[in-house]
Amino acid sequence: MADLYTVNKSPFEKNSLEAVIRFSTEGAAILMLEDGVYGATKGTVVESMITGAENKKFYALGSDLKARGIAEDRVIDGVELVDYAGFVDLVEANEKVQAWL
Amino acid sequence: MSEVKNFMYLNRRAPYGTIYAWESLEVVLIGAAFDQKVSLMFVDDGVYQLVKGSDTSTSDMKNFMPTYRTLGDYGVRHMYVDQASLAARGLTADDLIQVEWEDWETEEEIDNIVEVVDADSVAKLMSESDVVFSF
Repeated sequence: MADLYTVNKSPFEKNSLEAVIRFSTEGAAILMLEDGVYGATKGTVVESMITGAENKKFYALGSDLKARGIAEDRVIDGVELVDYAGFVDLVEANEKVQAWL
Repeated sequence: MSEVKNFMYLNRRAPYGTIYAWESLEVVLIGAAFDQKVSLMFVDDGVYQLVKGSDTSTSDMKNFMPTYRTLGDYGVRHMYVDQASLAARGLTADDLIQVEWEDWETEEEIDNIVEVVDADSVAKLMSESDVVFSF
């Protein structure tokens, strides 16, 4: 069982997402939330960080995407959207939570 | 007020995740009471402040996007957006809100004061301003 990693900072302002991809183990669940959800959008200069990552599963919090005006069809393919209940499920399903700020 | 100055508000942070965007908006609205020439500049993550379609109904936050649309009524005459910052984020001008402006005395109207500009223009506009507030 691997860990759940949360990222709440914009990938354009901080390297939290890049760091989490680099320092997470195989099978990691990586959840983008708050300003972190910008990392889950298509067509950005940082998109390849996610599309190029292997053996990691990415999630994004739907309500934070909605608040920022990002429609579901602009989310990178393979990134799974979750609601707050889904967030709780991820916490339960993984060993522990690592918050990368 | 003896002298009219050109005020520039520089916005470089995304909305919601931090308080910067909201604070900037508050200061712009307060400043509007002083009859100055007010422009807003959006660069880096600041361009996210103008992305349309914001819906905070499931996130328990105040949606302050409608406030941006009223800025034209508060004397804001220009809202500039850096083209390269948009492109880096997979965005275009079509993704942004439009803000109308009208001069109540002359009845001059402008449909949209949101303008996408290049980096050289950003530099020039910033340097030509009398006062720059950074958020």
